[in-house]
Formats: sequence, C-alpha cells, structure tokens
Amino acid sequence: MNEDRFEPKIIAFMCNWCAYGAADLAGVSRLSYPPNIRPIRVMCSATVSPHHILRAFQSGADGVLVGG
Amino acid sequence: MITFKLNGKKVQGEEGQFILQVAEKYGVEIPTLCHHKGLEPAGMCRLCTVELFDGRRTRFVTACNYPIWEGMEVKTDTETVHEGRKLNVELLMARCPDIPVVKTLADQYGIEKPRFKIKDDTCILCGLCTRICQRMGNSAISLTGRGVEMKVDTPFHIQTEVCMACGACAFVCPTGHISLDKIKENISTQTVIKIPSEYDAGLKGRKPIYVPYAQAVPNMPAIDRTKCVHFKTDGCKICADFCPVGAIDHSQQDEIVELDVGSIVLAPGFDVFDPSRFDTYAYTQLPNVVTSLEFERILSATGPFSGHLVRPSDHKEPQKIGWLQCVGSRDLNRCDNAYCSSVCCMYAIKQTVIATEHSQNPLDCAVFYMDMRTHGKDFDKYYGNAEKQGVRFVRSRIHTISPVPGTDDVAVRYIEEDGTVKEEVFDMFVLSVGLEINQDIADLSKRIGIDLDEYRFTKTDSFHPVGTSVEGIYACGVFTGPKDIPQSVMEASASACAATEHLASARNTCTKILELPPERDVSSEPPKIGVFVCNCGINIGGVVKVPEVVQYAKTLPNVVYVEENLFSCSQDTQDKMSDIINQQGLNRVVVAACTPKTHEPLFQETLINAGLNKYLFEMANIRNHDSWVHANDPDAATEKAKDLIRMAVAKTNLLAPLKQTDLPVSHSALVIGGGIAGMTAAVSLAHQGYPVDLVEKSDALGGNALMLSKTAQNEDVGAFVEELIQTVNSEDRITLHTETTIGNVEGFVGNFKTELRNKEATQTIEHGVAVIATGAKEYKPVEYLYGKHDAVMTHLELDELFKKSDPRLDQTENVVFIQCVGSRDKERPYCSKVCCTHSVKSAIDFKKKNPNVNVAILYRDIRTYGKKEDLYRQAREAGVLFFSYSVDQKPEVTADGDHVVVEFTDRILNRKLAVKADILCLASAIESHWDHSMAQIFKVPLDSDGWLLEAHQKLRPVDFANDGIFLCGMAHYPKPIEESIAQAQAAAARAATVLALESIKVGGIVTDIRADLCSGCLGCINVCPYGAITFDAQKYVAEVNAALCKGCGACAAVCPSEAPALMGFNNNQLYAQIKSALNA
Repeated sequence: MNEDRFEPKIIAFMCNWCAYGAADLAGVSRLSYPPNIRPIRVMCSATVSPHHILRAFQSGADGVLVGG
Repeated sequence: MITFKLNGKKVQGEEGQFILQVAEKYGVEIPTLCHHKGLEPAGMCRLCTVELFDGRRTRFVTACNYPIWEGMEVKTDTETVHEGRKLNVELLMARCPDIPVVKTLADQYGIEKPRFKIKDDTCILCGLCTRICQRMGNSAISLTGRGVEMKVDTPFHIQTEVCMACGACAFVCPTGHISLDKIKENISTQTVIKIPSEYDAGLKGRKPIYVPYAQAVPNMPAIDRTKCVHFKTDGCKICADFCPVGAIDHSQQDEIVELDVGSIVLAPGFDVFDPSRFDTYAYTQLPNVVTSLEFERILSATGPFSGHLVRPSDHKEPQKIGWLQCVGSRDLNRCDNAYCSSVCCMYAIKQTVIATEHSQNPLDCAVFYMDMRTHGKDFDKYYGNAEKQGVRFVRSRIHTISPVPGTDDVAVRYIEEDGTVKEEVFDMFVLSVGLEINQDIADLSKRIGIDLDEYRFTKTDSFHPVGTSVEGIYACGVFTGPKDIPQSVMEASASACAATEHLASARNTCTKILELPPERDVSSEPPKIGVFVCNCGINIGGVVKVPEVVQYAKTLPNVVYVEENLFSCSQDTQDKMSDIINQQGLNRVVVAACTPKTHEPLFQETLINAGLNKYLFEMANIRNHDSWVHANDPDAATEKAKDLIRMAVAKTNLLAPLKQTDLPVSHSALVIGGGIAGMTAAVSLAHQGYPVDLVEKSDALGGNALMLSKTAQNEDVGAFVEELIQTVNSEDRITLHTETTIGNVEGFVGNFKTELRNKEATQTIEHGVAVIATGAKEYKPVEYLYGKHDAVMTHLELDELFKKSDPRLDQTENVVFIQCVGSRDKERPYCSKVCCTHSVKSAIDFKKKNPNVNVAILYRDIRTYGKKEDLYRQAREAGVLFFSYSVDQKPEVTADGDHVVVEFTDRILNRKLAVKADILCLASAIESHWDHSMAQIFKVPLDSDGWLLEAHQKLRPVDFANDGIFLCGMAHYPKPIEESIAQAQAAAARAATVLALESIKVGGIVTDIRADLCSGCLGCINVCPYGAITFDAQKYVAEVNAALCKGCGACAAVCPSEAPALMGFNNNQLYAQIKSALNA
C-alpha cells in the first residue's frame, strides 16, 4: 500500500456460505478491488458478536465489514 | 551448468540457453519487442542489445539469441547500452509514431521527437507474426522485400487459402499492425470469425483451449480439437511449451470404455429454440434483438459486459426493453413445437426484475404474452410483485418486428385484445425462446431403442414419470418434457430412485474400504506448524512474490517448516506433503493457496493420511482473495499474502483436534400420508430394501386420487390407485397404520423415535428418516351458488360423475367451467396448477361423448403447461369455447330452474354474454390442510399459503433444512399425479441416502457449551435455528445436541458469558486472527 496516502485497514468477517463464496467468485471473475480488506472466514455472520467488531477497532481497524 | 557474470554477479544457466532467459530467471529486466517464449529468437528489434566482454574486448550482442558460455561477462544497463537502445527506440518512433508500445518506450527514454524523418507505419518488422505463422505449420505470411522495402506479406501480395485465419499473428503482434479485420481483407480467403463462447451464448469469443464455464466439473481446461491449429497442421503446440508441469498431451486419443451397469439414466438436457430459423423475429438482422439466453448472459456478472446492462450494438444502456413470449413454443404452424416450454413466462418476469435492479436509469419493461403461466410455487406472487414494480404485461399478438431507420432501436407492431393495432419502439427486444430436444439426442434414443413422442421428448406415462419404454432405462429433466429447475432436480432424484430399486441387493458390493493410519495424539506437543505456499502455476506466483512470502512465513511463531509448491493440490505434492508432516513432526498445517471452499477437504484428507486430526489445518486464501483481485498491484498483493498467512498461523497456533463420533443409523423409514405420494415413497423405500411404517389418518389408502377419473394422458387413475394399494398391502417391508396419527417425535437424522397413536393404543417406533406426504384438499367454494344449486359442482364432483358414467352427463347440452375459483385471489394468492388441464381435459371428454354439447371455459390465463398444451389445442379443435375474464370482472351466476345462467363479459367483443348451463363446473382451488401441529412436531416450516417449506426451492426441493426429514406430494404444493409420483420417488431417493449409511458422523465444527459458564438465560436456545440446544432444568444449563448443530455459531455470539464456543472458530481463535491482521 502507498505510504503517503491514508489507506484504511478493514477487517471483513465473511460467512462461509455466502459472502466468502462471493469473494471467491470475485476472484474467479477477475474483478478488482482495493487491497485494504483482511478477510476472516466465519461459519455464519450470526456468529459475529459486538465483541469481535469492538476488538477489531481496539486492535486498530479503520473499518469492519460483516458479509452474510 | 554454465556460470557467467551478469551485471557483475555470478549467475548460472543451462547449456544452450540465451542471455535473455537467464536474465529473466534472475529478475534482470531487458526490454524486447520481438521475443516470444514459444518462438525461436530472431534478434529483430535490437532492443535487447547488451554489452558482452569476452575476456579480450567488449562488443554488443542481442540478448534474446546469444547463447551463454562459461566465463563471459554481460552488462545490461551501462550507459552505452542505454544509448544504443535509445537510438533504436528513436528509429522505431520515426517509423511508427502512433504505436502505444513505441510511445511508452519513447517516454521511458525521454524522446519527445525523433531526429529522423517521420513516417506513419504501424509495423516494426519484429517478425513475430511470420515466426508464429511458421510455428502454426502454415507460413502463409513472411517478410518480403529487402531493406526499406521489407514488409509482412503473403506471396505475390494476394489473399491466400493457406491462411486458416487462426488469428495467431494478430494475437502476438505487439503493435496492432495485424488485426482480424486485416486478416479478412488482406491475408486470408477463409472465413475469419471469433470462436463463439458457448457459455456466453456467442456474445463473446473464446480460445481453442478453454474452461467451458467457471463452475465446470472437472474445472480443467480442454482443447477443442475442431478449432486447435495443431490438429489441422501438426504445428504449434505452444501450449505444451508454456505448461509448467507438462500436463498437455496432444497425442491423447478418444477411448471407448465399456461398463457393466444395471440401469441407465438419461439426462441429456435440451437446446434453446434458434429464432434465426424464421425471419419474422428479425433476430439475425437486428443486433438488439437477442434471445433470452443471451439476455441472461448480459445480466450476469460473469457475462460479456460484467453484468452491466447494455445493448449489444452500441453498448448503450437501454431504457426500454420488450420481451416476446412463446418464441418457438405453442406454435404448430411454423416451428412444429406445439407444446408450451413451461419456463419462459417465469424467466421473462425474473429478467424484467433483475434488469430493473441492474439498470442505472428507470427501466420500462414490457412483456408481450398470450397466457402468463406462473403455475409454480410462489410464482404468482413474483408475477404480482413485478406488476406492482411497473412491469407492463401486454396480452397481445406481435406481428412485425422491424428496424427503426437511423437508429439501432427495434420497432414492434402488435394487436391488443380489443383489436387495436399499436406500435412501440424499444432499445432492446428479447425473444423468450423455448426449449427443444436436439437431433443428436433423438439419434441416441433411437440407438438405445427408447420411444420418443412427436416432439422428441421421451414417452412416459403419468404413473412412471421417469420411466422410458425400455425397462432399466430412465430419463429425467427436460428430456421427459419441458420443465423448470425444481422439477428437473426432483426428477433427477426420482430417476436415481427408480434406477436403483431393482439393484438394491447389489448395494455396496463393489465398494472398497479405505484404510487410514491411526490419529496421532498431539495434545502434549507444542505447536509445530508447517506452511505450504502455493504458486498455483502463475495464478498466484505471477502476482504475489512467493519467495518473499516464504521467507516471511519462516519468521512467524511456531512455524518450523515452510515450502513453496508449484501446485499444492497435485497428487505428487499431496504425497510429498504427507511425508513432510511425518518427517518434520508437524502437528499443524497451513496451506496458503486458493479457497477452502473447494480445497479444504482435499488438504484435510492429506492430514488424515499423515495421521493428523483434520481440524489442525487452516488455509490462507492468497489466490481468490488476493492475486486474482489485486493483479495490478503485486506489491500490495504480496503484503496482503503475508498478512493472510500471519492471520492463518495465529489461528492455527490455537487450533485443537476436534472429534467426530459415529452414531448408528436406524435403517427404517416413517412415511406419513397414504395418498399416491406417500404410497409411492413407501413402496420405493421398501423396494430399496428398507422397512417402512406407513401412517394414514383415515381408514383407507388412496387420498384424493380415489376421487379422480382420468389423468391428462387419459390413463385410468382408479385402476392405478387400486394396484398401488395392493402393492402396499402385499409388500412385506411395509407396515401399514391406518386411522393413526403422529404423537411426539424425538431425535434427529438417523435416530428418530416417534409415537404412533390410534384408537386403541400408542406405540413408539424407531426410524432413521421421515417422509411427510400429508397432501392437500379441495377448496369448497362459497361463490357461484356452490352448494345451493345442483348444477354447480367442483372438479372432483364432476370426476365422480365421469367415473360412474352418470346418465346426467348424457343429457347435458351446455357446460360451463369457471377457472381460478378460490385460486389467485387475496386469500389464496397462488395458482392451483392442475385446474386448467383438468377443465380442458373434462371439456374434451364432454365433446367426445357428444360433439354437439356446448362447452365454454371462462379463464384468466390458460395454464396447460408443457405437453399439456396439446389438450388445449385439441379442445379448441373440438369446438370448446374459451373466454378470458379479468379478476375485477368475475362471471356472475344466477339460478334458473334446473339450470344456472352464467353471465360474463367477453373481452374481444367487449359485451356481456350469458350461457344457460346444465352443468357449471368450478375449478376450485387446492388448499393446505394447515396442519400446524404436524409442522411443529417435526420442527419444519409452513409458508404463508400453508405449504410445507422445503430447504431450497430450486436445489433441494424434497429436503427440509432439518436433516433426515423429506417431503413430497401436494403437502408441498398443488401438483398433478405425475409430479407427485416423481417427487415421492425423489423423497425416497433422498431418504435412502441416509438409510444407506452404516452410521452418521456428528461433531467437528459444532458448538460446545461450557456448563460452568452457563447461567441458564436461554438466549442461545432462542436463537438456534435448528433446535439443537435444549435446557437441562436439573443442572440449569443449556446443552447442545451435536447431531442437530449445524455449526453456525449464532449461540456463541448471543451468549453474555461466552459459554458456547463454536469449535474451530472460537472467540480466542477469531481474536487472534483480528489482532494479527492489524499488527504485523
């Protein structure tokens, strides 16, 4: 990432059955998006609790995406 | 090995290699315009000129074709080298000033304007085209002339038939000097076209080596022998040079494999109707007239325009799109496809909805139709919603589709119901093409000896919907008649059931048991993690700097072994990985490669083979989530790959082995409902070899079918039901329980315990699966004088008269049918699916009895879908009159002595008509029993119309979300007998997949609740969608049934004390991933 510009760090919780598969398909389709997200696979977006989201912000995340 | 110096560093290369190849290996960049890995180097562009010191003197050589030798010294970026290159670029710039690659080079070397005379050529004479043409085995073009006269040309400057228009020259040309158009105009006499991509319905081209579509199984590229140049000239084979693992073998031949089988299932699919056969559709003349399949691809994210809704001719976003229904369907006169294709109405509505969603601008959608046939589950609601969204549905006949001069628009002229002629202009026009069976399939059928009907569909009877005319051969999908996905999936399972019934005794006789090493106990060992980083050929390695990532992975905590693989998933790598796990004593493994969704099971198997618990494994998705989506930013992709591996390692450090235990399966079934569906499921399961308890609440088997006379194909329903009842009674494996209801149900897939209650006693049975086939009932109308006048009756009551050959039928002179009585209204907003066919069939029967009887059918849309359309045509031929009525102008019925007078508005004449009828048959709806208690007992859902709700309407049409429980028949939705039977066979097949197991595995990724942390608040029980958590009131804690838990982890998120932990995804593991993602 370019050090001169602000580049957000985004944690993305992705449901194994939908969002994670969709992100896989984005790859298969060779779509392009900024390299700022760090995906974490979960077995359902329902398992993402406020604790996880707050923990991400505490650890320095600039944004959190829950895909499910 | 040859050692020499490259820019002062010692490097090594193989004998026979050229300087450029070795430089590339060591990452030293040398510019070139005429080099191609698959071709002999030619030293044409001179850009790769480098300085060579041979021990005595310095000279300049071209790196691409100068062979390396021991002790030489090469310099690639000295000032003289740069000066030389700059001069070369300047000369190229003077020759070809407008060529992008030359301009880019000129920018790099700081040349604004060349000092030489500027020409306007586009060819840099690199010779790539002529060399590749030679490699293709053709030499249709070569460099002709000398000196300043030199150019790429054909012999004698005339178009040649030697050129096969393969396009290789255009593909390699760095400047665009050669294009497909140029090949067409100057080089080849043969047809120059792109190879149309089958997947994109010809809207895009594809290569001779291709993966048919992204989800293809197996997901491997194949060579199209009819297009590949090698199979025409024996030349090329460049692909074999490029394949890093030598996987391409052009010498492979087709093989004939003989198999011994007990049954055959035919599922050959269908073709879409080709509208170019008829010029009336203007499909070939107008670029913006597309087929529905092409439109489907245009809407798709993986389609030719990446899901961006544009029209083909000028890529303009359309603002007005029209759909024409029944193209190649319901048309005996021109295309011989008299049947209805069943699916086009629904897909057209879907396309209007999706197009509206995709469109940036407000979109005007109009569907021109004869009858909207939305007869499936929830389809009418979908239709209604589209109408509410503003989609226009125009009942009309279109007679002309024509161009609008000066534009790419499409004009259509049509006649509305009242006879007015209208013209509308659309940006784009979609032809809703029907389904048909192609000649190849017909030929195959002939070879096998199965009978087809006049439309090339298989001849099947209503009672054997997947049977063919040859015993042991079964068919499913559109081959048995036009149908949609849910019905095809049902038939697929049904044919699997039918095909295996008589093979039940052979089950498991050809299986081998896999022997696995014992699992190593790693509980006392500190983590020893192995990381395997995959290049995936160039898929990852071409973007992510894998060696750098490998070095990085070595620095991560507890990582003791890191390796780079070319293809981690190849069998030899798997074997090697297994050896490494053992040699290195690894107890946890990370594979940084593609996606766990496709490859986790494969690598887990490798762990099992190495004696490790398969859950001591994690994947870092550095392909789909990284190299493929960040191909334009290798540095960022490399950093992300490091992060993803660090996150995976952080989690892996905290992984623990998870247990799966085997629970034995009760090899028997419970079938609830003794109608045709229930009996068919019971008989099928019994034939599969499993004991069945068949429960019927009334005192007799047969259900609604007892009241039916004939099927649409004129088969006697009574005789069939009689035979089926006898089969049930005589089948030893079926235990029949009549006048019995279901009490309590406990347990889970493979292990249910159910109470059966009758008048005398309650007994508890154990069973592995349950099939719910509780049926539906006829709606008893409150409208149209039903129950108040003898002339008014329902379908079932009319069938009763036909069954008895009641003399009343012979005295009848005027018969009226009113359709949609109780269906498609506010209370029952669905189509009852069978009534149109039933009325039309009954009308024909009246006409057969006495051709002078007047029969009128008052309808909203005639929904004689599929092959049933023949009946509709026959009825019209027999003189049955059809009048459409609208829902806000329903017919009115008044009594007149023994007769009733039916008054309605004819929409064509636009005036009121009245018929004095002896018999008024109401096509009354089919409605749910609304059996909430049954649904509750089995914890299965009912939808808002009272139908049992399957796990997935398209892909799992007979399953419930709860494992081990299946559904079929009219409890799912109204349907004709053949569909009920197919669904029952499908349910039996799905049930047999459970019953065929010795045991089921439970555990793995499931929740575990720590009793010491649980406060008994019941929060988890309330959120669990699977009913997997129960409350132990004595211990005052919640407990998880691992057999029911699907591992979603919703309970873990809701618990205030973090008592439930989703194993393999517990909070500490997730926190570790979060932390490591953000802290390098």
